[in-house]
Amino acid sequence: MAMTARQRARVSLYVQAGIFVVAMVALILATDWETISTSVFNFGKIGPMFPDIILVGLKNTLIYTALGFMVGLSGGLLLALMKLSSFPLYRWLATGYIEFFRGIPALLVFIAFGYGVPLAFGVSWNVTVVAMISLGMVAAAYIAETLRAGLQAVPKGQMEAARSLGMPQWRAMISIVIPQAFRIVLPPLTNEVILLTKDSSLIYVLGLTASQYELTKFGRDGISSLGAGLTPLLVAGAFYLVITIPLSLLARKFESRSARTKR
Amino acid sequence: MNDVVQNADDRSGAVKAAGVSITDLRKSYGSNEVLKGISLEVKPGEVVCLIGPSGSGKSTLLRCVNLLEQPNVGSVHVGGFEATDPDVDIDKMRRKVGMVFQQFNLFPHLSALGNCTISQTKVLKRSQADASAVAMRNLERVGLGHLSDRFPDELSGGQQQRVAIARALSMDPELMLFDEPTSALDPETVGDVLAVMRNLAKEGMTMLVVTHEMGFAREVADRVVFMDGGVVVEEGVAEQVISAPTHARTKEFLRRVLDPTHIDIAE
Ligand SMILES: Nc1ncnc2c1ncn2[C@@H]1O[C@H](COP(=O)(O)OP(=O)(O)OP(=O)(O)O)[C@@H](O)[C@H]1O
Ligand SMILES: [Mg+2]
Repeated sequence: MAMTARQRARVSLYVQAGIFVVAMVALILATDWETISTSVFNFGKIGPMFPDIILVGLKNTLIYTALGFMVGLSGGLLLALMKLSSFPLYRWLATGYIEFFRGIPALLVFIAFGYGVPLAFGVSWNVTVVAMISLGMVAAAYIAETLRAGLQAVPKGQMEAARSLGMPQWRAMISIVIPQAFRIVLPPLTNEVILLTKDSSLIYVLGLTASQYELTKFGRDGISSLGAGLTPLLVAGAFYLVITIPLSLLARKFESRSARTKR
Repeated sequence: MNDVVQNADDRSGAVKAAGVSITDLRKSYGSNEVLKGISLEVKPGEVVCLIGPSGSGKSTLLRCVNLLEQPNVGSVHVGGFEATDPDVDIDKMRRKVGMVFQQFNLFPHLSALGNCTISQTKVLKRSQADASAVAMRNLERVGLGHLSDRFPDELSGGQQQRVAIARALSMDPELMLFDEPTSALDPETVGDVLAVMRNLAKEGMTMLVVTHEMGFAREVADRVVFMDGGVVVEEGVAEQVISAPTHARTKEFLRRVLDPTHIDIAE
């Protein structure tokens, strides 16, 4: 007996719900609740993490991210303009840079700037500078591609109108094209900040002093000192969400706003 | 130098107007020669309408006048400038030439007023107050003084095109180029834009207008130039070219444009 479309849709819904229930039951039965409550969700013992995880950890994560983003944004804009330049050497350099830094793990960049460069050139950088440069140089590669796409998405007629009004190329770029490109790339740029926030945890490879700890380092330290198993990492993770979820919401808001203005 | 100067022309002008002289202009895209030796003179204060079928090179010619396209051969003189001189200060030359596009090309991140002031402050280095005063005067001139705070996406097509005209006028141009300024408009707003252009012509502005509005050409243009296949086929007094064309190609084109059953082609 053939089913109607509506009957078929209902059966499909039941099947999906059934699979979900079976999976949840299996998960609950398979879980070792005893262990979990002492070593994953053991919130009774995390008191000592506070208030430093906020006053130092959260603060440092925000600082490293913000500084990295500033470097990444300026570097990314420079690279994007180079990539669109009529001078081939600039295009090649920008392409080489972007492919290189997008292609290697960010961790290697941290090690290079944390240990390699200071050793090679006999300089000693503090952790904040290393974080700023390493995060910034990686971010620049990603942001460059985003901005290039944004610059190219500004209609050609905008540049022509600006030039027709007597603006030199650079002035038209600054006053007309770049402001519009930034509007276009605001949502993807917000996503870059989210990625950067998480990448800032890589600074741990440098061996931090207490005042330089960021969220992940607090979590890792808590594992060895508090005897609450992995719970401190869960706490650190929660603080990342405190930063990234509002950014996600912001990105979505930008997206709907630019969708509206475009009509 | 940027002051609005009374023009000693026969028109009742309030505009300082420059002439254009185009000599043997050639432009190719790759092997496709789009302009095949165009010579055209527009005297100060004169209104010339360019007509011709799609692809005949009208836009390209207009864009060569303010160097949005670089001609391959030939010369363009605008006011005191030889636009085609490799040493010319392009930006300085372009300040004398206002351009109005089919698609308006207003700056969407700026209000109507902002559109009209940005180039004044950044290029002419006028103070914000001076620039705003000039912009308001020009927005009022196109009948939009009351909408100066609106952003482009809050304006109708006809209003946007009038803002675009005010924006160009705010640089005190001595020559205005129009590339099918009403072709992207709803029919009911075309009249407003044409009225603004008619007034501008009366004030003595030099105007080079690509248009399919034969009524406007007949009424406002001093001369009409018919282009086809990258050459000027016929030119003369508007009334004569439109009502009594001598060349077969002009007749054929006008028949199609003026015949109401072919209105789709005229668009
Ligand atoms: N940037 C370009 N690259 C290559 N070919 C071009 C370019 N711009 C214009 N052309 C070609 O030049 C020819 C003339 O184009 P143009 O836009 O000047 O015509 P037009 O008379 O303005 O036509 P329309 O009435 O459709 O606007 C066309 O064949 C077009 O394909
Ligand atoms: Mg055209």
